[in-house]
Amino acid sequence: MKKTMYEKIWETHLVRASADEVPILYIDTHLVHEVTSPQAFEGLRLNNRKVRRPDLTFATMDHNVPTTDRALPITDLIAAKQMETLAENCSEFDIPLYDIDSPEQGIVHVIGPELGITLPGKTIVCGDSHTSTHGALGALAFGIGTSEIEHVLATQCLLQQESETFEIRIDGTLPYGVTAKDIILAIIGHIGIDGGNGAVVEYTGSAIRALSIEERMTVCNMSIEAGARAGMIAPDDTTYEYIAGKRFAPKGEAFDAAVEGWKQLPTDEDATYDRTLQLDAAEIAPQVTWGTNPGMVTDVTGHVPDPADMATVDEKTATEHALAYMDLKPGTPITDIPVDRVFIGSCTNSRISDLRAAAEVAKGRKVADTVSAMVVPGSQAVKRQAEAEGLDEIFRAAGFEWREAGCSMCLGMNPDTLLPGQRCASTSNRNFEGRQGKGGRTHLVSPQMAAATAVTGRFVDIRQFQ
Amino acid sequence: MDAFKEHVGRVVPLDRINVDTDQIIPKQFLKRIERTGFGEFLFYDWRYLENGDPNPEFVLNLPRYAGASILIAGVNFGCGSSREHAPWALQQYGFKAILAPSFADIFRNNCYKNGILPIALPADVITSLSQEARDTEGYQLMIDLEQQSVICADGTAHNFEIGDFEKYCLLNGLDEIGWTLQYEADIAVYENR
Ligand code: SF4
Repeated sequence: MKKTMYEKIWETHLVRASADEVPILYIDTHLVHEVTSPQAFEGLRLNNRKVRRPDLTFATMDHNVPTTDRALPITDLIAAKQMETLAENCSEFDIPLYDIDSPEQGIVHVIGPELGITLPGKTIVCGDSHTSTHGALGALAFGIGTSEIEHVLATQCLLQQESETFEIRIDGTLPYGVTAKDIILAIIGHIGIDGGNGAVVEYTGSAIRALSIEERMTVCNMSIEAGARAGMIAPDDTTYEYIAGKRFAPKGEAFDAAVEGWKQLPTDEDATYDRTLQLDAAEIAPQVTWGTNPGMVTDVTGHVPDPADMATVDEKTATEHALAYMDLKPGTPITDIPVDRVFIGSCTNSRISDLRAAAEVAKGRKVADTVSAMVVPGSQAVKRQAEAEGLDEIFRAAGFEWREAGCSMCLGMNPDTLLPGQRCASTSNRNFEGRQGKGGRTHLVSPQMAAATAVTGRFVDIRQFQ
Repeated sequence: MDAFKEHVGRVVPLDRINVDTDQIIPKQFLKRIERTGFGEFLFYDWRYLENGDPNPEFVLNLPRYAGASILIAGVNFGCGSSREHAPWALQQYGFKAILAPSFADIFRNNCYKNGILPIALPADVITSLSQEARDTEGYQLMIDLEQQSVICADGTAHNFEIGDFEKYCLLNGLDEIGWTLQYEADIAVYENR
């Protein structure tokens, strides 16, 4: 039978599958961070259980870490306690930890691929919904809750039902100034934030093939914002080149053998998906969200919508709520909206290529007087690389703050938050109410658009930016 | 985990679609290392005013819905972050079941693990139940998991779907890790092949 990539990975990871039982799926890699794991480790202790495969488990600190000078003590004592707890748990259960002082520390979805932990064909889970990021290398990667973290720690398995398959095909060439971020925002705008519920999305087509691995990560990262269980992209030469030489990746002959195996992963020709969608890359414009979820998005040339134009009463009410929260009037051109803050970072857009793209826009320019802007690299490794290339100098000279690695203002668990009423152009993935700080107003954009917005003080069409 | 068999409780309608887990429990409350103490922070930004007083307009704060244990909401309830703190907060506030036209996948899974029943019913049924809850003070529903049925005071029953395994786990308050560990031999075989 012809199979999709998802079905191939699924089937080869079944420990048990009989018709009248819930399938038991083996997990190759378990990534752990400080926020969603403490109760799972506590559960193990209460039940006198061990971690089955500490060698397949990796931990880091990202959500809570301050992004200011790491030599200073952490002022948020509850956050500090959570990080301490992770360190204690990792030492008690023998799990490798990239802690706040580690040169490898970073956002869990940035360091996994960077260290070669993320590989094609693997099953990867983490107590974090953006685990879908790792699907960019052809892995089946998805987010789980704390009870499931405990389950994986204890058994290295999960009880899982098979998902539907959903092919989203993007053919054609992306226009100038249009990025991977715009692809995924356009997709979410198209299918809605629950359009992927119950499904694993595979992104295919020539526009996806043309993306670098880092760009593919941006696309897969936000699969969850369309409600999908996971997002994935078949591995190809771009993937193998990316993986070669990474720390935990196979080396030498083992690498060649692995590549031969990975070549079997892509979806068979003529395999069928449960759902399909096709979009034309040439028709995608730079995207800006205007509302309080990632599906409330439009072209930068568009306008804030009118609730009266919504198809259903529920959508009308939701749009009214969103516009009230965002303090926007129907019909306002997107490019008329001024911002107070700019955030370049998060597991969606904090990799070296994102920072290069933003720096290219920032170079020789100045952040507007009315705007405060910050760049937060996704990992210490990204930060070192950026500094080696002088990107930090470009950003600083333009008036951006240059920070240490972490999740930062993507969710504002650390001191990096919006003040009530502040409006932010952000390269992160969620514009939910209060996400970046209570009363804060988030607009999601690409790194290029964020940098240009910092300079002009209002949203600007990057295609016309001089 | 607590078992769930039958439940009768007061219903509160939350007329919002796409309620995300950032609203259910905002990030500032995710720093706890315990599994308890989240109930008071449920829907924090909606439930409390800037000065910390209860927001008199938010539906959970209306006296007529005090003690509600069944929440009715719009489509795609629980979207966003995988934080299990969301079902913990709902459960610790006192909710036993959530009724909505649809749920986000991770959230729904997390509910099952905590003895909360997420019940998906057709949108028109949700709309009418939610209207009843607004019209009738003290409106209650009965949920019978064995029968997979939501039963109104007048006897009208609405059947719902649930996976056999999820149902079995809830009815028996099953420890899923213990369940998987009975197949340890299979796991070892898988690892050694
Ligand atoms: S960067 Fe944001 S979305 Fe990504 S893992 Fe951190 S908090 Fe979650």
